[in-house]
Amino acid sequence: MKVKHFTLLLIINLLAAIVTAQDIDSLLDSQMNTSTDYTTATFKSTRIMNGHSIERMPTGQLDFRICHRFGRLNSGAYNLWGLDEANMHLSFEYGITNWVMAGIGRGTYEKAFDGFLKFSILRQSTGAINMPVSVSYFTSLYVNTLKWLNPERTNYFSSRLSYVHQILLARKFSESLSLQVSPTFIHRNLVASELDPNDLYSIGLGGRIKLSHHISLNAEYFYVIHPPRYSPSIKTYNPLAIGVDIETGGHVFQLMFTNSLAMTEKGFIGETTGSWLKRDIHFGFNLSRVFMLK
Amino acid sequence: MKRFFFMVLALCSLTALQAQDRFMTRNGHIRFYSHTPMEDIDANNNQVGSIIDMKTGEIVVSALNKSFEFSRALMQEHFNENYMESDQYPKSAFKGTITNLQDVNIKKDGTYPVDVKGDLTIHGVTKAVLTKGTLEVKAGKINAVSKFNVAPEDYNITIPSLVREKIAKTMEITVDLSYEPYTK
Repeated sequence: MKVKHFTLLLIINLLAAIVTAQDIDSLLDSQMNTSTDYTTATFKSTRIMNGHSIERMPTGQLDFRICHRFGRLNSGAYNLWGLDEANMHLSFEYGITNWVMAGIGRGTYEKAFDGFLKFSILRQSTGAINMPVSVSYFTSLYVNTLKWLNPERTNYFSSRLSYVHQILLARKFSESLSLQVSPTFIHRNLVASELDPNDLYSIGLGGRIKLSHHISLNAEYFYVIHPPRYSPSIKTYNPLAIGVDIETGGHVFQLMFTNSLAMTEKGFIGETTGSWLKRDIHFGFNLSRVFMLK
Repeated sequence: MKRFFFMVLALCSLTALQAQDRFMTRNGHIRFYSHTPMEDIDANNNQVGSIIDMKTGEIVVSALNKSFEFSRALMQEHFNENYMESDQYPKSAFKGTITNLQDVNIKKDGTYPVDVKGDLTIHGVTKAVLTKGTLEVKAGKINAVSKFNVAPEDYNITIPSLVREKIAKTMEITVDLSYEPYTK
């Protein structure tokens, strides 16, 4: 009996000695604090194509964007398949803190100025904090500065304004695949006719597939939810854009084909008049150059 | 019965003794620096884990690639996304031994040059490396410092031609680890 106990204790002690003598490699592993691993680079740019992605400019960095959409491909050789016409949008976008960015821009479409704020609410992560998705909130104000259509009547400045609210919800499923859903609400203070609704609801779907470290294939579609008996004064289509992101250090080039001409939400979601089926397709690019200000 | 308790005690103290040979840090520092005429790249990791066993001379160092901080957030993103592929290979690690342990007297304060031999794992590739460093023993604590060069190419990290001018062929790695005695 005594011998049995003794042997048992001996074994326990030997085991304890082995545990303490465990190789320092696994000891180090067990001693390191579990940290939170935040998912980065769900998308290469703050835009998927036309619409915003959940990505935000990091603190103190300025993104200067020059975007062009050319004319329609089906306008033929005389118009060099659209390249003779260029619609542009310029913007300066800045990361204020590590959860909010702001931007101001100006586009050819409706000679509009726009300003936006984007907030990172949730960040996809694993480890100490486990979060399956990233969520951002985007809001913008849009000012149409075209000359009044009917200058003889009383026109109010507020009639120039439109507002956009978007919840951006994305997940990076793997190194190569990221998907995003973007429920969108747009309010237009003044619309062309009483047939056109002031409020528009839409669901955006977007994603990217990485082809290499520096190139990804992107696509984006917005489904506009029409109210019953919807018959707007001008026939509109849902916007679809397909293109590639090419990243070269501080630049990101986004080359695309899209049926919309406008580059801000109010325009491309609510007022896309081109149809892919009729080959009303525009070639376009977004050029992003990031400067470090801080 | 007395002898039996003695044995138990002896074994317990033996294990306790062994533990005191070990020194550990959770906030060691690794800096990497790339210099080219076009651009200097500098990144710091202040959450490096390491254990050193002064009885056997064994050293392990482990660093999460995502804990390297760059002055430019975009560089940090590219470092993890394009070069280190941190989602696939989250850690860089070193496992080796001090080959001239007999020259180090851990009981006496002083600075001791050491030779270290071991395996460096970066980007899923393990290579045998030899480097020199110093151990500074002071008041029962150890500070280890080493500086060596690493070529990204050796670890299957390809640098595209577009940015080749901006990224050095070899990176200078500075390791600075302040160990405290490891107690359970």
